[in-house]
Amino acid sequence: MDFNDSPEEAAYREKARAWLAENAAAHRAAHGEPKPTTPEHMAAAKAWQARKAGAGYACITWPAGVGGGGGTPIQSVIFGQEEAKAGVSYGYFTIGLGMCVPTVMAFASDETKQRFVSPAVKGEEIWCQLFSEPAGGSDVAALRTRAVKDGSDWVINGQKVWTTGAHYCDYGIVLVRTDVDAPKHKGLTMFWIDMRDAAVECRPIHQMSGGREFNEVYFTDLRVKDSQRLGAVGEGWKVALVTLMNERLAVGGSSGPDYRQVMELARGLSGPNGPALKDNAFREKLADWYVNSQGLKYTRFRTMTALSRGQTPGPESSIGKIIAANQMQEMANTAVEAQGEYGILTDPSLAPMEAAFQASLMWAPGLRIAGGTDEILKNIIAERVLGLPGDVRVDKDVAFKDMPTGR
Amino acid sequence: MDFDYSDDQKFLKDEARKFLAARCAPSVVRGVLDDPARSYDTGLWSAVAEQGWLGAAIPEQYNGLGLGRVELCAIAEELGRAVAPIPFASTVYVLAEAVMAHGTDAQKAAILPRIAAGELIGCLAVSEGPGTVTPSALSAKVEGGKLSGVKIPVTDGDAAGMAIVLANEGGRPGLFLVDLKASGVRAETLESLDPTRGVARLTFEGATADRLGEAGQGFELVQAILDRAAVLLAFEQLGGADRCLEMAREYALGRYAFGRVIAGYQAMKHKMADMYVKNEVARSNAYYGAWALDVDAPELPTAAAAARIAASDAFWFASKESVQVHGGMGFTWDVDCHLYYRRSRQLSLVAGSPKLWKERLVSELEKKNAA
Repeated sequence: MDFNDSPEEAAYREKARAWLAENAAAHRAAHGEPKPTTPEHMAAAKAWQARKAGAGYACITWPAGVGGGGGTPIQSVIFGQEEAKAGVSYGYFTIGLGMCVPTVMAFASDETKQRFVSPAVKGEEIWCQLFSEPAGGSDVAALRTRAVKDGSDWVINGQKVWTTGAHYCDYGIVLVRTDVDAPKHKGLTMFWIDMRDAAVECRPIHQMSGGREFNEVYFTDLRVKDSQRLGAVGEGWKVALVTLMNERLAVGGSSGPDYRQVMELARGLSGPNGPALKDNAFREKLADWYVNSQGLKYTRFRTMTALSRGQTPGPESSIGKIIAANQMQEMANTAVEAQGEYGILTDPSLAPMEAAFQASLMWAPGLRIAGGTDEILKNIIAERVLGLPGDVRVDKDVAFKDMPTGR
Repeated sequence: MDFDYSDDQKFLKDEARKFLAARCAPSVVRGVLDDPARSYDTGLWSAVAEQGWLGAAIPEQYNGLGLGRVELCAIAEELGRAVAPIPFASTVYVLAEAVMAHGTDAQKAAILPRIAAGELIGCLAVSEGPGTVTPSALSAKVEGGKLSGVKIPVTDGDAAGMAIVLANEGGRPGLFLVDLKASGVRAETLESLDPTRGVARLTFEGATADRLGEAGQGFELVQAILDRAAVLLAFEQLGGADRCLEMAREYALGRYAFGRVIAGYQAMKHKMADMYVKNEVARSNAYYGAWALDVDAPELPTAAAAARIAASDAFWFASKESVQVHGGMGFTWDVDCHLYYRRSRQLSLVAGSPKLWKERLVSELEKKNAA
């Protein structure tokens, strides 16, 4: 049991490090360090992606023939670690390259693949995933956006929600209902669409955290060709499962303060019995958070070990988000409460650590929902890992149009 | 990255599981549970000795197998899974590890081969009453090489041939090896939450005491011994916790209520998913502890604390919720849930409660992250 690279892994890491040292510096010289969400930031991200693709470091596990690196999963993990250390990671391509383009590669015609895969790998075009709807969150298959056949085209009307990056994406994959007479899972079809089409409208969602990072996407008579279909008509759910299989790999860890920052805060705060860090109740919580954080860290190491041995990782990585999101909320609240009445302040110039804990408190509820609610994730563990039965589905054999609906 | 059991270690673990399935069935555990006169299963103990497990990590020069600590962790996981009713932890994780780490060459030569041969059971005698022993409250003492005082409770104290005893000598706390079969020692078996493990009161009246490790360092030595034991105990806890989840799952899949198996109800599924999450956190922390133990890393104190906290939490949760999943059947003497519920308490209490380890962990983090 050790944490060392194998000789081959060490050689790859060395090579990646050398490449990153040279290219990160050149990249910074050309682009500086623009603020996130600005056009300059996006331009820098695209340039970096192109630079990686040119050297075989974009989509490392994909075949070289489609622009990938022709490498192994463990090489991809190693490069990711070194890239993060070099401080040049951008998030814009994660969903597209992690979930959407793999779906395109699995179901599109050769012509479509030739047109889209390589530009996506090079960062020239960005993709988004349009599944969730107001009436279909955890129960995505209850979605209502309709596609109706019109000659050789399809016409799409409806609304998607919580679409990450819809406003800056060029293309998207969209799951729609093509048959309301079939039961809900059987009447769905997947298409790829042009997000710049005038019939597609993005509206930012005002979140409870105050930010506007996500979008609603409206389709008003969006006309798509039948050649934009991914998979057979009525087979959309099977296609979506291929997309979602990639989701757990694509959704990364959470950002925000960890136990170290809470510890640092508590060191400087006074409580009724001296520094908050000396409070026993606080210390017990801190120990639990540390143990959970270490648990997640070493669970990732176990996953890497499986990859390093050329095996399929076990299901243990499924515990990550449940723990991380809940712990983020608890840590933030403890840190805010430890500040006493002052904890209510959110001005970064006044609140400790530039109000990181207040921001984290308001962000955590969303993290517990995104990419699967706590309850859905527990269902997934129960059903896929432990092999327990699925829930009773009262709508399984009911035509979609006859399904009971509430709000 | 190679952060898991190796193929050889997995093979050893599989063999250990098969061996214990054959030799440590629940009926063996219940034999000790239901007979107040027995504090462990002597047949299983001899069989385990024949397997070489008692000397797994003892060097070959002392007749051990000379394997690493990760191998010992693999065995520990299986012993925990089987709720083995033997004084393995006291003998191997505590006495053998302590003598290897702190003993003189003469002490090693005198003790380790006897452990490997299954001829000597060990125990750790620290506690003197409810609560935690502190330097100011420690009353056992050694004068002129003779120990007097009372230690209660001492896990496996009634079966053991040798104890490591915390006592004052000249007003300074030290550790002492005491031959429990010599004169001046009285052992009384006590009733406990886990009758599948032995517990005793040891009364010393002029027993011969041989110092282990440096004089005056008693509390530091106890902590060092517990750091090592904690990792191995965490694997026993992990094995037990995993078995609880399996038992809960098997029962829930076969039990019908309201017209379908109870394993299909979300309240049940989520309870078992919670067990799974805790068990995986415990496993990852335990592996880190195993690494730190195996290479004697400076990180051992934090790694051991994290392993113990996570494993104690996982086993407690899995053992108590497994009873609940089994419903009324789970509350009967005849169903095995309570064997694990009891053992989870025994393992959490035997080497310092989780609360103490949390304090130790945060103290270590404070040192590491001192501003």
